[in-house]
Amino acid sequence: MGLEDKLPSGALTANLSQVAGFLLKTSMWPATFGLACCAIEMMAAGSPDFDIARYGMERFSATPRQADLLIVSGRLSQKMAPVLRQTWDQMPEPKWCISMGACASSGGMFNNYAIVQGVDHVVPVDVYLPGCPPRPQALFDAILTLHEYVVKSPLGANRVEAARAAEAAALKATPTHQMKGLLA
Amino acid sequence: MGMFDAWAGFGVTFRTMFKKPFTESYPKKPFVTAPRFHGRHQLNRWPDGLEKCVGCELCAWACPADAIYVEGAENTDEDRYSPGERYGRVYQINYLRCILCGLCIEACPTRALTMTNEFELADHSREALIYEKDRLLAPLLTGMEAPPHPRRLGPDEQSYFLGLPPTGTPDTRVASAPKGEEK
Repeated sequence: MGLEDKLPSGALTANLSQVAGFLLKTSMWPATFGLACCAIEMMAAGSPDFDIARYGMERFSATPRQADLLIVSGRLSQKMAPVLRQTWDQMPEPKWCISMGACASSGGMFNNYAIVQGVDHVVPVDVYLPGCPPRPQALFDAILTLHEYVVKSPLGANRVEAARAAEAAALKATPTHQMKGLLA
Repeated sequence: MGMFDAWAGFGVTFRTMFKKPFTESYPKKPFVTAPRFHGRHQLNRWPDGLEKCVGCELCAWACPADAIYVEGAENTDEDRYSPGERYGRVYQINYLRCILCGLCIEACPTRALTMTNEFELADHSREALIYEKDRLLAPLLTGMEAPPHPRRLGPDEQSYFLGLPPTGTPDTRVASAPKGEEK
């Protein structure tokens, strides 16, 4: 019988990382990385019809140094790949990445030597968004999926540890081209 | 140049407060797409629950992004998934490759593959976005029975296709247990 019994559920006992996650998700500034037609839908998502500002994202950052979320929208060519990596490295922690559209997520229909077959070869992707291009509502769905993930994900030293664990697991996992039955 | 001209602009701001906003509130209200919007695929069923897919792989051949993988297998009388000879044993669509162009729908000879209006497909991993039959198959409606089971609409494959109603009208045939199986 403490004070927390008389307050709305979890007001005092809420996990600190969840509070921080709530603050992070409600003012997440995206860095645009528009590469192709998906960028048109991403710009439409910022227009008053759809209004990405409803998610605290009105400031589409032209600089990666003040951004939390990288939205890679469009096919990434081999020549652009180091630029994407540099943009990602310039963003301050904590940071997230949405791979918007089929081309960014897996190369899409451009299965050739010029296009990187998925931006997860270059940067760690948190949410994959299929579609060619995904409509603005689908981008909002990806953002809301990311919001749920942000609230749950750990922070600080725990975040670094979780990233190391995920990387170790990814290195141990079977490469997709060796998987049988599933498409690579 | 009047004294209040500089304040006239605030009048616009004030009036806008009482206007109905035209921004759509998507996550709160469900968004309804155009009826023929190309969304997630669906593998359809006959009215008795058997699958329409015959495992011909024409969708996989038509796909410009190579997003579809099909493995056909033979039906037997004991283990029957579709009314004909063959059925799609493995059916996978990689939504990270799929460009939702609908060429697979045009290629499908039995109308087994159609598209729904569902567009909320975002997920956290590549594996989760390879949809297999468990997520692609249409739900079992009333009167349908999960395969494998014997043919319920007629004695052979022809009766399934020749008994179809004219284009544009729903298939309202009712499944009945074939002779020798009545309880």
